[in-house]
Amino acid sequence: MFALAREIQKRRDRAKSTNDSERAPATDTPHEPQRVDLAPGASVVEVSHLRKCYGPLAAVDDLSFSVHAGEIFSFLGPNGAGKTTTVEILEGLRDRTGGEVRVLGADPWTDLEHIKRHVGVVPQDFHFFPKLTPREALDLYARLFGVRADTEGLLERVDLTDKANDRYDTLSGGQKQKLGVALALVNDPEICFLDEPTTGLDPRARRAIWQVIRSLRNDGRTVFLTTHYLDEAQQLSDRIAIINRGRLVVSGSPTDLIARFGRPERIRIHGNGQLADQLKQLGLPVDVHDGTIEVVLRTRADATPVLQLLASERFPWDSFSTATDSLEDVFIQLVGRVEEGSVAPAPQGEVAA
Amino acid sequence: MKLQRSMAYFPAFARGILRNPLGIFMALIFPVILILIFGAVFSVNGTSQVPLTVQNLDHNSAASQQFLAGLNSSGFVSLSFVAPDVGNLSGYLTTHELSSGLVIPSGFGAGLANRTPVSVLVYTNPASGSEAGIVEGAVQGVANGMNLRVAGGSTIVSTDNLHVGSHPYQTIDYLVPGLIGFSILVSPMFSMVNLSSAWKRDKLFRQLSLTPLTRTEWLVAALFWYVLLALISATLLVTIGQSVFGAEVTITLGTLPFLILGPMLFVSIGLLVGSVAKAPETAGVIGNVITFPMMFLSGTFFPISMFPSWLVPVARCLPLYYIVDGLNATMIYNDVASMLFDLAVVMALVVGLVLAATHVFTWREERGRPFARGGAPHGGTRGV
Repeated sequence: MFALAREIQKRRDRAKSTNDSERAPATDTPHEPQRVDLAPGASVVEVSHLRKCYGPLAAVDDLSFSVHAGEIFSFLGPNGAGKTTTVEILEGLRDRTGGEVRVLGADPWTDLEHIKRHVGVVPQDFHFFPKLTPREALDLYARLFGVRADTEGLLERVDLTDKANDRYDTLSGGQKQKLGVALALVNDPEICFLDEPTTGLDPRARRAIWQVIRSLRNDGRTVFLTTHYLDEAQQLSDRIAIINRGRLVVSGSPTDLIARFGRPERIRIHGNGQLADQLKQLGLPVDVHDGTIEVVLRTRADATPVLQLLASERFPWDSFSTATDSLEDVFIQLVGRVEEGSVAPAPQGEVAA
Repeated sequence: MKLQRSMAYFPAFARGILRNPLGIFMALIFPVILILIFGAVFSVNGTSQVPLTVQNLDHNSAASQQFLAGLNSSGFVSLSFVAPDVGNLSGYLTTHELSSGLVIPSGFGAGLANRTPVSVLVYTNPASGSEAGIVEGAVQGVANGMNLRVAGGSTIVSTDNLHVGSHPYQTIDYLVPGLIGFSILVSPMFSMVNLSSAWKRDKLFRQLSLTPLTRTEWLVAALFWYVLLALISATLLVTIGQSVFGAEVTITLGTLPFLILGPMLFVSIGLLVGSVAKAPETAGVIGNVITFPMMFLSGTFFPISMFPSWLVPVARCLPLYYIVDGLNATMIYNDVASMLFDLAVVMALVVGLVLAATHVFTWREERGRPFARGGAPHGGTRGV
């Protein structure tokens, strides 16, 4: 982490000494975007004991986590959990009340220019100027950043080539979001903050955005994703942090979290009460609700007597399936437990999990 | 602050407004429609009566009242009166750009009673063409009638014809600077009120804040656009005023500061309103409350001299008054002292309002401020 900070500082000093300041690049001499070389797995975002208060309300309270280079990191939490505040602090748009924050080794509040140069952002509820076309928008961003951007390449990448000359206000929701992603890539950023990039989109448009997000990781970029869609986080993320009431609840990979906090695998059978009674007599944990019998498999061996009983056709049944907990189940369980007060936010040792 | 970045952003800003039909209508087409309508209306004088300003220094005498009644019934002139204590009528006519005047001297009634010759003073402006002849003829006719009645035709009442140096300004002359002031007011005010509040709602300022563009650079680009619009609008209005209606106005060097500072003033007010208002609808209402009285009470459509006296101090409280007055001073009267005074007032207003607007117009949370204001990043209802 400190090595990364030193490397960035060296680059910035060099830039200053050659009168090619990052702080104010000359827009009349567009240049190729400069990227910071990052070792895979290096921490690119470090949040330590972050606190943000609005008057007496602590929107973020003692929050700590880190994001590694090249991963898709999902930041989850219910409404009002402090996600947007945290993201805006990381983007340099909000000051913090306490704690430490480093993005690519820089303090986003005091070194905003550095953040703008190396970070791409698709904000929550992305909007753009209604009368500009995607091509004009990308050209504008390239001029403002003072970089030579591959406008056509960016349009192609987000599948907007056909809509390049259509005004923003005529684009569909998915196309607008794609433009947001393309704009976030103009400065060739090391990190992309995507704040609810698929909210309100139809399933097809969501999947198109997912593809773009995956391609960002394939480029070696880090993606910091905020979403309300748990399936999206599960599909895309390498690691996840769940926060509630401004504090970290848990973090880890989706598989790890499901394994740690999800319920065991279950067999669900649409059958009658006699079948349920018989299963109980076999000593299996059985739950019946709305005509569905759910048998919890303590071990995989528990499945054998269930299947044998079904195969015997002694009791009528319509269908059966297996069920495992999803990230959504884990999320609801963990957030619900915090809401009830039965689970405390994660201790610091769990932060870097 | 990098001017290059402002200029890099400028085409996008201009394109956004040019592609909005309402924006371009308000900025350029509406003032042109107004000058065509008002110019046409004022160029057709529906009455043959010539305005005549009367100073009756013998207002207690029945003879002077009879003289004026005769003049009034002639149908050639329409009388308006000034008090005896306004001083020299010639000076009054010049100050108020009036072409014709009549002074009935004190002792007029007594003179007639004693058959002592009395002379009324008739002021006309030779440059006003036929008006001078009409006034002189009408007054002479009434004097002759009175001489006939009182002295059987002997000359008791005579006329003393004098010239005044006032320029015979037409209504169109006032209308051109007035409408330039109107266009300086309307386009930045309506546009900035709407834009700054709607962009705040749609988080477009936040979007820009993610780029190297600073809010000062954004403001410079916006100002550049509105100054350019004011210059185009002024050129259009002067050209139409001169070529279609024969207006005697010119764009002078003294006009330029008003065409630059005026948009700055109203961009600041618009930004201030849009930043302070919580919703675009509220901003629109506040903007209208500020704009409409200013539009009609600052001398844009009618000279302030036509206002009732109680309304004049109200007009002088409005920022647009000093722009229109300054434009009148430099474009019509070539009155440098008056222009400089107006310019000083406008400059002071610009400094104060630009400071106030930049204080409330923020792009990111600022230390010591309670929450997002004026386009600050948050402000939505979702998430914390």
